[in-house]
Amino acid sequence: MTEGKEITISRGAIESAVRLRGWRELPIGGYIIEPGNSVINKTGSWRSQRPVINQDLCIRCRTCWVVCPEPAILELDKPYTTSGGVKYDITYEVDYDHCKGCGVCAHECPTNAITMVREGE
Amino acid sequence: MEQLALRERESIVRARLGLTSNHAAAYAARDVDVDVIAAYPITPQTPTVEKIAEFVANGEIRAEYIPVESEHSAMSALIGASAAGARTFTATSSQGLFYMYELLYIASGLRLPIVMAIASRAASAPICIHGDYQDVMSMRDTGWIMIIASSAQEVYDSVIMAYRIAEDQRVLLPVAVAFDGFLMSHTTEPVELYHEEYVRKFTPKNLDRLILDSSRPITMGAMAVPDWYYEIKYQVIHAMNNSIEVIGDIHREFNNSFGRSYGFVESYMLEDAEEVVVTYGGIWGDVKRGVRMARKDGIKAGALRIRLLRPFPARDIVMSLSNAKTVIVLDRAVSPGATVDGPLALEIATALKLEGIDARVISAIHGLGQRTVYARDVYEVLKSSHHDGIQESRVYLGVREYGSG
Repeated sequence: MTEGKEITISRGAIESAVRLRGWRELPIGGYIIEPGNSVINKTGSWRSQRPVINQDLCIRCRTCWVVCPEPAILELDKPYTTSGGVKYDITYEVDYDHCKGCGVCAHECPTNAITMVREGE
Repeated sequence: MEQLALRERESIVRARLGLTSNHAAAYAARDVDVDVIAAYPITPQTPTVEKIAEFVANGEIRAEYIPVESEHSAMSALIGASAAGARTFTATSSQGLFYMYELLYIASGLRLPIVMAIASRAASAPICIHGDYQDVMSMRDTGWIMIIASSAQEVYDSVIMAYRIAEDQRVLLPVAVAFDGFLMSHTTEPVELYHEEYVRKFTPKNLDRLILDSSRPITMGAMAVPDWYYEIKYQVIHAMNNSIEVIGDIHREFNNSFGRSYGFVESYMLEDAEEVVVTYGGIWGDVKRGVRMARKDGIKAGALRIRLLRPFPARDIVMSLSNAKTVIVLDRAVSPGATVDGPLALEIATALKLEGIDARVISAIHGLGQRTVYARDVYEVLKSSHHDGIQESRVYLGVREYGSG
């Protein structure tokens, strides 16, 4: 990934990701010619279970963010006050467009704040 | 030769040397100024890459020579080098080619213009270092363009042409140039080598393709799920089918530039021929002689040699064979259990059938494991075809106890 540079994905690329491109339109050899284009490809469709974060149990330790292989844990500048009155400046949420449901975050969470929930439930 | 004045020819030819086909391939790689060679020795190809190692060691070409630990690594290294924009070359035979197998599809799927020489060799077991085309024929489905030469001069010329074909924007597919193991790889013939500047003018390094470049990053070799794979494979199919016109153009340009007369096929005494032998590779000389012997007996015999195997020049073949009554296809390879077990015979039969040509096709397997085939064997086949008609649609020439049940 290009560090420190903003990745711009053209509008055309986004549109064509929705309508599947034909063989003439695809880059030769299946090359990926726009670096970072996985952002526009929604790859969470084969998930069978989804992680759900209990924001009251989450202690913002960042472990899930570190261990997520995707990465599909988002660290957001979103203040949150727990039911017990603890104030946090950040919130962790799941990017379900890219989360594959592997469950590593739930397994590693030190406070069991992440539960794997079957899709469709 | 006919198009070029003698003086002009003399200025193009830098030397006329006695060379084996192995060394002819090496000289061609040298003269097109390859950048990267990765190879592993295997009989009967070894002298090819030894000669190139010598060129590199002597400073005759400025190339990176990677002495890899296997053919799997050889093709892998070339895939990487070619992806990064290098002009690449390797050579192999038989088990070495089989060991490269998964990479062959990767090279074509990634559209990399790699050029490989193959000194053909039988497939083990039993272990056999001698020449036949079982290894080469196993490549038919891999998406490589395939040329089979029948002389050392043709090997030299074909490797030069291979770079132009492979690197053409409209093609971008790897090319294999095959020749008979031992019968060509280790026999010496006179070869005219051209001055480097003419070869390099004919084969300018064409980098008009996407390459791995850190200033403009791209990904090659990413996974394609069922939504994408078929389209990307179809690109290869389309490029292969379209390449035949490009290959034709490049052949014409080569013939004009160097005074040669290469085509996709080569015919011999075909005009009025009724019994036609079709073949490929180094046996061509014996086939022509067998045809001459048959002609002396009054048999209307002729012969056709297939030089381009992929893409298959069906149109040229059908045109050449449209008046034939019996087509005897001599294959030095076999597909055991196939409808027609000679690999070329199968394609010839299909091509004729699709064009509604009613010639009888006989698959004649010959010379597996380099069993010697003589011109008189070709003559005998033509004679028995003419006199009694060969009853079987498949015959195996020269197998002891063949036909005894």
